Amino acid sequence: MAIFDTAARPAIGGGFRLQWEPAQAAHVLLYPEGMVRLNQSAAAILTRCDGARTVADIIADLERTYSAAGLSSDVCDFVTFAIERTWLELLP
Amino acid sequence: MSDPVPGPPLWLLLELTYRCPLHCVFCYNPTDFGGIGRELETAEWLRVLAQARELGSVQLGLSGGEPLVRDDLETIVAAARGLGFYTNLITSGVGLTETRLCALKEAGLDHIQLSFQDSTRRLNDFLSSTRTFELKSRVAALIRKHRYPMVLNVVLHRLNIDHVEEILGMAERLGADYVELANTQYYGWAWRNRAQLLPSREQLRRAEEATARFRERVGTRMRVFFVVPDYFETRPKPCMSGLGRVFLGIAPDGVALPCQSARMLPGMSFPSVREASLRSIWYDSPAFNRFRGEGWMKEPCRSCPERGRDFGGCRCQAYLLTGDAANADPVCALSPHHHLVTEAVAGAGRSAAEPPAAAPLAFRDHRGGASRE
Ligand code: SF4
Ligand code: SF4
Repeated sequence: MAIFDTAARPAIGGGFRLQWEPAQAAHVLLYPEGMVRLNQSAAAILTRCDGARTVADIIADLERTYSAAGLSSDVCDFVTFAIERTWLELLP
Repeated sequence: MSDPVPGPPLWLLLELTYRCPLHCVFCYNPTDFGGIGRELETAEWLRVLAQARELGSVQLGLSGGEPLVRDDLETIVAAARGLGFYTNLITSGVGLTETRLCALKEAGLDHIQLSFQDSTRRLNDFLSSTRTFELKSRVAALIRKHRYPMVLNVVLHRLNIDHVEEILGMAERLGADYVELANTQYYGWAWRNRAQLLPSREQLRRAEEATARFRERVGTRMRVFFVVPDYFETRPKPCMSGLGRVFLGIAPDGVALPCQSARMLPGMSFPSVREASLRSIWYDSPAFNRFRGEGWMKEPCRSCPERGRDFGGCRCQAYLLTGDAANADPVCALSPHHHLVTEAVAGAGRSAAEPPAAAPLAFRDHRGGASRE
């Protein structure tokens, strides 16, 4: 179950930084003295979490970009997972 | 066995200086640092940063000594941030004025870890909230004001471990978000002082109980991480995730190290960034290849199914306790030298009743000799 509304605007959590690492050929999420290497779908979602777009916008954008339908529940699951880890925070 | 090409040194630690206004008994800096050469200059540190980033380093630790002793810290942070590093400052807080904190923030500093340098002679001072507490409170308030999370690191040992409850209470009053209670690791000065610093099993048990009670009371408001001293374990820690795999440390004089304390290992010549590129140091130098992979291992590690998890533990600990850095870390119960660890722990149990000042303690001093309390 999603713990948020799809009208919410997710942003990268305080203290975290998302960036592309050529040496690892991956996006990584950096935080104090640590790092997570992101797979492609996680990176596709997180790079869109700019605090301006809503979850609904992000889903629509991903479905358009990847010519796919029904991504909503996967995206919401991942956003939930990321909020629990404070990778993301929701802006009102 | 042919080992795969090592990955990049993801974690770069610059020990900018060994100079430090404090004199901690548990300091992990080498005990002979008085004889170490001239510190790198700003331009040399900037070159190290650029070369490391090129290799794929991404997490940067800035420590010492006390890194704030260097007045080019802001320049170094700005350059690092510009290159894409995530910058972590590890400081005692001494010298962290608002002006400097603003300048560091401006330079792009990502994170601050405030270490609680409770030098033993100030133990009471420290716990009874006098000068040290005021300094830390001021620095903690500044850190929060500039919207950094308050991350506190407290090194535990026999002389303060009984005060875990008060230490946590103080951290709470300082508004800490995260506290790491790290038991002393026995290298450098701490090795020299081991008999006075190693807690007893009973002390450790009480400290863990106090931590559990505290966690229960504060819930998720403040997270507490308790690092058990490895002497009380039966398997070693995967030291540095294996030497030469992710960690690259640069000492104040430019010597490159696969682990902060590796400098004391005999028969190794560690290359300097003054003489070689980081790429050749990381991939080609004998010092960085010496303990890579598994080819160097002896029994019981060589044929042990757990060798891929702990890499045989810590090379420095193996050397300090057994005289051979290629032996299994004697913390491991499978090591034929494990008794050296259990005996030290038993000894700590026996002498726990004695007053802590029974034996002289060597405070870190700048001549590299033992000064006595
Ligand atoms: S452990 Fe203490 S003496 Fe050693 S560098 Fe850190 S603050 Fe200074
Ligand atoms: S024998 Fe060596 S590899 Fe096996 S668990 Fe002990 S230290 Fe680790």
